[in-house]
Parts: sequence; C-alpha cells; structure tokens
Amino acid sequence: MNHTRLIIAREYLTQVKNKKFLLITLLIPFLFVGLGLFLSFLSNTNSDSTKNITVVDNSGIFENSLLSSDTVIFSFLEDLDEGEAKLISKERNDDGLIFIPPLRDAKNINYVELSKSIKFISEEAPTITMVNSIETKFEEILTNLNFVSVGLDMSTIEESKIYLSILQESFEGEETTKLDSGVKVLFGLILGLLLYMFVFIYGSMILRSVLEEKTSRIIEIIISSVKPNQLMMGKIIGTSLVAFTQILIWTILVFVISTLASSLLGVSTSELNSVDLNDTQVNSLFQSSLNAIFNLPLLNILIAFVFFFISGLFLYGSLFAAVGAAVDSETDANQFMLPLSMPLIIGLYAGMLTVSEDPSGTIPTIFSHIPFTSPIVMMMRIPYGVPIYEQLISLSILIATFFAIVWFAAKIYRVGILMYGQKPSYKDLYKWLKY
Amino acid sequence: MSNLLSIHSVSKHFGDYKALNDVSVDIPKGSIFGLLGPNGAGKTTLIRIINQISIPDTGKVLFDGETLSQKHIINIGYLPEERGLYKSMKVGEQALYLAQLKGMSRTDAKKQLKYWFDKFEIGEWWDKKIVELSKGMAQKVQFIVTVLHKPSLLIFDEPFSGFDPINANIIKDEILKLRNDGSTVIFSTHRMESVEELCDHIALIHKSNKVLDGNLNDIKRQYKTNTFEVGLVCNEHRVIKQLISSKFNSVDASFRSLGNELKLNITLEPNQTSNELLNFLSSNAEVNHFMEVVPSANDIFIQTVNNQK
Repeated sequence: MNHTRLIIAREYLTQVKNKKFLLITLLIPFLFVGLGLFLSFLSNTNSDSTKNITVVDNSGIFENSLLSSDTVIFSFLEDLDEGEAKLISKERNDDGLIFIPPLRDAKNINYVELSKSIKFISEEAPTITMVNSIETKFEEILTNLNFVSVGLDMSTIEESKIYLSILQESFEGEETTKLDSGVKVLFGLILGLLLYMFVFIYGSMILRSVLEEKTSRIIEIIISSVKPNQLMMGKIIGTSLVAFTQILIWTILVFVISTLASSLLGVSTSELNSVDLNDTQVNSLFQSSLNAIFNLPLLNILIAFVFFFISGLFLYGSLFAAVGAAVDSETDANQFMLPLSMPLIIGLYAGMLTVSEDPSGTIPTIFSHIPFTSPIVMMMRIPYGVPIYEQLISLSILIATFFAIVWFAAKIYRVGILMYGQKPSYKDLYKWLKY
Repeated sequence: MSNLLSIHSVSKHFGDYKALNDVSVDIPKGSIFGLLGPNGAGKTTLIRIINQISIPDTGKVLFDGETLSQKHIINIGYLPEERGLYKSMKVGEQALYLAQLKGMSRTDAKKQLKYWFDKFEIGEWWDKKIVELSKGMAQKVQFIVTVLHKPSLLIFDEPFSGFDPINANIIKDEILKLRNDGSTVIFSTHRMESVEELCDHIALIHKSNKVLDGNLNDIKRQYKTNTFEVGLVCNEHRVIKQLISSKFNSVDASFRSLGNELKLNITLEPNQTSNELLNFLSSNAEVNHFMEVVPSANDIFIQTVNNQK
C-alpha cells in the first residue's frame, strides 16, 4: 500500500508541477471569463449607441404616439416630399429616415392603406432588431387607432385580454417553469460534455504516462520493485487527483475572477443574453434563471458528478493504461484509441439527441445503465431528476464493470510494458491474457 | 558455502514458446555468478523470474532458504540491460523515488545518495534532468540507484555497456567491493573477458536449457586438455620437433613472442606429467616459454554452445 502511495504522489506531483499543466490550469478560466466579458462588452457598446432617426410624418398622426427610447431617438419633420426628406436626412447624417406620405382622406382614414405606405430609408441596411422594433411600434399605434375607428373600446379590449403562463409542477410539488426546462437542457449538456472531455483528456494523460515509462525503459526497474497492478492503479488514482485539482482550481478561479470582474467593470455576465431588455427585465430574468438553477437537484448533481466522473475515469483510465502498455508510441496508440472512444462518443450523441426530448425514455434509460456510456448519459439525465435508486444501480454496474475491466487491463498491462518492437494485433492482446 | 538463491526446475512458457525448460541453478552466497548464454537463450526470463516480474509456470525459487516472495524485493538490486530513467524528472528526485520504492526511508535514502554522489563526484547533478546528462552519466546514476539500498543480491545485466574504459573500471571495482562487503552478484554479460576477471561461478543457458554450471575453476579444470604451450630456443627446429613428437603429442602453435622460438602445443597422455615434459625439453633445448593451456571462458562458451547443435 505504501508503494501505491509513493506512485500516486509521484504521478500527481510530476503532472501538477509540469509547466504545461500550470499554464493551462491558470489560463483557461481567464480565457473563458475574458471571452465572456469581451462578448458582453461588445454587445453592450453595440446597443449603447443610440440611433437617430428622422421621421417625416406628413400624416400628422404619429408625432405624439411614436415615442423615442434609450436606443432610438425620433425627430419629427413635416410637410416634405420624399426627395427633400432624403436630402435633409443625409445632411443630418442620421441612421435612417421614416417617410410617411400625406393622408388621402383626413376624415376617413384607411389605416391598412396607411400602414402599407410607410417607408424606411437608410444608407446602410438596418439591423433586423431595429426594423422589428420600429415595425412593432407602428403596428401597435396603427392597430389601436384602427380599433377605435371601427368602434372598439381599447380599455375594454385590454381588460378582456387573458395572459397565460402555465404553472408547471413536479410530483414532488416543486414548481417549474419553461425556463427551468431550458436550464435543465443546458445543464445536462454541459455536464455530459464536461464528463466526456475530462474522461478523454485525463484518460490520454494516463496513456502518455504509461508510454513514457515504457519508452524511457525505466519500467523494468520500477516493476522489479512494485507489482504492475500497483503501478497501474497508482497512475490512475494519481491522474484522477490531478483532474480533481484542476477542476477545483478552475471552479474557484472562475468564481473569483467573474466576481472581481463584474464588480470592477460593472458588467454582469447575466446581461450577456439579455442586452435588449431593460433593467427590471434583466433582473427578473436573472432572478428566475437563478431560481431555475436552484430548482435543480444541485447536491445530487454534485455528488453524482464526482462518483460518475471517478468511476468513468477509472474504467476508461485502465483501458487507456492497457493501450499505453501495449504499444510503443503514441501514433501506434491511435489504432486502439478509436474503439475505446467510440462508446464515449455514442454516449454523448445518444444523450444529446434523446435526453432533452424524454429524459426517462427507453434510449436514455438504457444508455445510462450501459457502463461505457452511463457516466455521460446519466449526468445529462440527472438535472431532470432521476430516482436515486436508479443512479445507484447504474453506478454499481459501472463499478462492477470497472473491476472486471481492470483485471483484464492489468493482464495486458503486465505483459505489454515489457514488450517492445512490433505493434501488437488484437490476437496478440488476446494471447497476452493467457500468459 | 550455502546458497543465497536456489532455482529448482523452473520452466516458463510464452504461448507456444518455451523460454525456460526445467532450469535449476544454485547461486552461492558471496559469489559473483556469471549468467551466460547466447542472445535469446532465456537469461532475461530467468532474471525476471528472480525479480518476480514474471512468475514461473513450474518450479520454485528459494531466497536464502525461503520461498521467494514480495518481501525479498528490498533485498534485490536489479540493473536491467534495457535501462532508462524518467527523462524530465530531476536526478535527485527520481533517485529518492526509486530508493523509496525499494523500502528506504526518505532521510536514509538522502544520506546514502549523498555518499554515493560524493563518491562518484556527481553531486552537482542532483537538480539536473536526465535529458541534460550524457548516456554514461545516466548509467552512473542508474548504478547508484541499483546498489543504494544495500541489497544482499545484486543483478547486473550487461553493467559495462555504455561506459568508457575508465568508468567501466570504476564500476568493476565497486562491484568487487560490494561482493567483499557481503553481497552476492549475478552478472549477465556477453563480454567473456569480464567473466574471466570477475566471476567465480557460472551457468550457461542455451536454447532455454541450462547446459553447464559450477565453479569457474572447476569447469576450466574439467575442460582443460593437459596441453602445454612451449617455446624452445634452438637452432634446428625440425630435429627437435621430431625428437619431441617421438615421445609426446605435439602440434605447431603460434603465440606472440620476441624471438624466433620453436612454438609447440604439447598434449600429455594421462600417464605423463608436466615435470617429465619439462625435464625432457630442457635437456634438449633452452625453454623460454612453458605454460599450461587453460581454456578461457570464451572457449568454454563457444565449445559448449557448438556441442549443443
């Protein structure tokens, strides 16, 4: 046991002290937060610039009802024809011109006809959002006027309108909203992807570490002191600890940096997706996103992530270690990497395609119990709520498979690390199992 | 003399290939034991079995009278033929790591390492990485790591490869010193002159079988043919030669010498003694060279291997 501890310590320390590890660990959070801030900065400056728009209203209807906002300032002119209006607008160098022709019959206004005669003229093509917002404004004004003209009372219409936001609730009595489902989809995806990435990255790390000992030929000295199984397990555990260290540092860094950055720059990362909304809307969306996140089974997610990540990494790590032992170089490893990574990729795609539609459907349920795909698919399902007993069953299958696989991997590892020369075939690997 | 290591009818298969076939070897305590054999004979397999890297299919190995087990690992130091160290790890750090794997405490390992590093005058390498060292330098570190935990059994597989003659000598002296301090040494090599120089026991493995083993001098005695190499200073080579061949079996010989002597290899019959020969020669010519031809380890090696074919 003492030996395993030494191996774990060495594995951990050499990888953590590696300059590349430090660089990646420290840089990635900055990169992410930096990218986020940059994006939100971009969209903020973009929307901060107010658009000046000249409105030539020959009808005289809109001057009082078309109101300027933070983003669009309307300035009104009257009694100009289109040519004159264009000249003035160009001279003012503003962002666009809305031209409304004079009314044909001021007493009996045809609003439908009027709506069709409104023109937007600009040098550069306007953004869709701006056109949409202008259209909405005119639509609202014209609809209201039209209602009045056909004898409908606006206040009655307003009063009799029904607004609905359906109340969603789970069997446990927790209220859910549409936003909740969105957050679940997102969380599931992020968790599945993270697991996929981490298993892959750290699995390859184990492979490289095994290969390093083999190519530097130190392996024979090491296994004259420790059992190959001890060495392999030490490597897998050591690398898993490295993974946890990295994830922990990332979590802390992202938290610290984003808190610092948002308090320094006054930019909230939540504004990222809601720049068009005003402050109260931003706050309420932010609030409800937070609520949605807190509605998730967060503790369950955290614990499940730790367990499924460890078991998944152990399972794949031992396979990657066996591959590292069997081959002489990283290029040779590719041949065996493909069949190993297939289940991971299948799990990822199966999860992405099926979980959001029906998280407890047949396919997601099956894939979340097959040990090679279960870490990913189960993590995608858990945000929607998966009964604990089902998680435990899946985890037990995963762990049992790990023990079976580690036996098999250790055999290949034991023989492989001392074999040099030819790239082994699958037949050779099978033979090694019997040595 | 008791045996530190007894190997009893050990066999090992790899698939259909038989790497060792019923091999038994006894390695006496305090000996330098030469494990010889052509390439692919099964030496490395045997060494790996002693190191418990491989497990024999049948047979058993006794270490100092006990069945070989995990606990004996700390009593064995192994320098494999294919050797290397972690390339990007610092010399001191990995020496400490390897020493701890052999059961040394960190402080003890540090102390011992300091002693050896000072002895080899390589103290300034402590913080260097292996990639920064030459091959010979790395070999020195490797040697230190092998002997550091004062094992009672040392196994060296081609220990001199990669060393220049000066450093090879330093290592050779250290090996002798370790033996004199009580260690037993298994020494596997193709370089017969170092076998001659160092080994007192040998075993020869050929095609998975042990074909010869024992005390090197006993083996030599067994292989010697009672032949003497002689050099005679005389004027009439032909007359003398005829005279000699009338009484002894003699053939022309050649060896390096300063003069123009008559050079012969004379083989004695069982009833003849070397004194008879010497007296006979000295009464007929001036003897300036008289030496028993003792087969070298090299001769024995080649002869035995060829006989097996």
